[in-house]
Amino acid sequence: MAWEFLTVYWREMIRFVRFRTQLLSSLLQPALWMAFFGVAMSSNFNRFASAVQVPAGIVPVDYLTFMAAGVIAMTTLFTSLFGGISLLFDKNWGLMREMLASPMPRTHIMLGVSLSGMTKSFIQVAIIMAFGLLLGVQFFPGFSVTRIVLSLLGIFAFVGVFSLGFLLFSSTISMRLESPEGLQGIITLLTLPLFFVSNALYPIQAFPPLLQALSIYNPLTHLVSGVRYFALGSDFFAVGARYTSTTADVLASFAYLVLFASVMYFLARRTFQRAVVT
Amino acid sequence: MEGVDIIEVRDLEHTFDGFAAVRGISFTVRKGEIFSFLGPNGAGKSTTINILTSLLPLQKGTVRVAGYDVAREPGKVREAIGIVFQDDVLDRDLTVWETMEFHGRLYTIPRDERRRRIDELLRVVELVPKRDERTKNLSGGMKRRLQIARGLMTRPEVLFLDEPTQGLDPQTRMRMWEYIRQVNEAGTTIFLTTHYMEEADMLSDRISIIDHGRIVVSGTPEELKNALGEDVVYLETEDDAKARETLRGIGEIRSVTESPRGLSITISADGSHCLPQIVERVRGAGIAISSVNLKKPTMDDVFVHYTGRELRDEGA
Repeated sequence: MAWEFLTVYWREMIRFVRFRTQLLSSLLQPALWMAFFGVAMSSNFNRFASAVQVPAGIVPVDYLTFMAAGVIAMTTLFTSLFGGISLLFDKNWGLMREMLASPMPRTHIMLGVSLSGMTKSFIQVAIIMAFGLLLGVQFFPGFSVTRIVLSLLGIFAFVGVFSLGFLLFSSTISMRLESPEGLQGIITLLTLPLFFVSNALYPIQAFPPLLQALSIYNPLTHLVSGVRYFALGSDFFAVGARYTSTTADVLASFAYLVLFASVMYFLARRTFQRAVVT
Repeated sequence: MEGVDIIEVRDLEHTFDGFAAVRGISFTVRKGEIFSFLGPNGAGKSTTINILTSLLPLQKGTVRVAGYDVAREPGKVREAIGIVFQDDVLDRDLTVWETMEFHGRLYTIPRDERRRRIDELLRVVELVPKRDERTKNLSGGMKRRLQIARGLMTRPEVLFLDEPTQGLDPQTRMRMWEYIRQVNEAGTTIFLTTHYMEEADMLSDRISIIDHGRIVVSGTPEELKNALGEDVVYLETEDDAKARETLRGIGEIRSVTESPRGLSITISADGSHCLPQIVERVRGAGIAISSVNLKKPTMDDVFVHYTGRELRDEGA
């Protein structure tokens, strides 16, 4: 087993801590979403939702808690989609030649960059959860300590696989593009449908059939489902709808994300092996 | 191991979208020498270096570096070479030490050995005091020195230097030449590209002049200059016309031209041997000489001679 990807990982993390503004904004952005959008929307939604009777014996979940899972997913999506941009800069500034001219296998470049992107998502997710706690997000209602630990592992497993998938996707695009502006354009174009045609901010039960069908194929939906399953349990009530999920549902969502990440891995590998950078 | 070819290139051709950047070049570099590709920007130097270092796929021809075929065993070639790229290829936000550490880890040099080499090389290029400085804060010369140190970290058999002194001030350039010579004396074969005449002239054991993707001529700097055989003596006397008469019959003189500023005498042999004879003849005829000047051909003359045009610093 070759470990050179750890070298790339090491450098990416040095950059992450050193680019102070990038570090700060990546940590502040999700907190701001929670603080403004979350708090503003939850006071509204809770007003409407209170009109719907919560069935007896089901855990009611307030909007802020409901959308916290969505903010985790959204942050992971944004960070991962942009994660490949460091490759684009490496390529444009000629830095990639050093790596390509070295004996290191090329797949290690994308592995190192992707793993560092995953680490950044983990850090962000941890911050969102801690900050959410301060704002009154009620994750893990009535869970035992063991269950909380297992739930955290579950959340990080979902976030990890999801972010790898989008990081590899982002790496592929970055290797094929010439300019950061191009990448920015593609990402902006993608984030809107990915974000809004999902269950991140609202239930998909009320979507028109076409959007509902689309949202099922959206990896973000599966990430959000996974996070909610681990954070809120298998049966809860939020935004006027009841959410139930079985272990099989969650495993299926996870399998879907693994499949997505695998496809992205092979696309990225092909791109890297063919890439010519001078 | 003198005389062994460490780089062998045969019939190399490379085309970018229909533009032939390299049009069939062949050359060899011997182990231990400094070999230069001299030519203007766009002549095909960088393309050649990119193919030799496996960054560009081989389209046509054969290339062997350090005993390995670049197309078949690029991994082996990569292990055997070091590269200093044309522009400053340094991560601005890494420190000097981290830059070296990163490179050493890419080549999986074991930790202790790696750290030892970093210390040693930073001392050689006099960057020890800048060890923890981020590379964006280094001067141009320091950046280049760091890149040379980095290129040497893997103890390469061949070090490729693409325009090593482009954009450096004259003093720094002289220092870089010293480093390059030191590295070469320590046993590393050096392949360098340059569009600076004096650089090729001062450093190289052998030079190939490249223009429009073809090698125009190859040889040692001396061979190339001597091949021109055109030393010129400039002579100012009190009576140039009369002086010109006295020079008739000296076999080595190819031609004499008269101008208001004196005579220029083109000599087919070594001008320094012919000069005393010229002076004696003119003096013997009682003509006073006010000025004598001998001009040996430079690499510029060689370049102009073989390519028919001046080597300008295009776009640099």
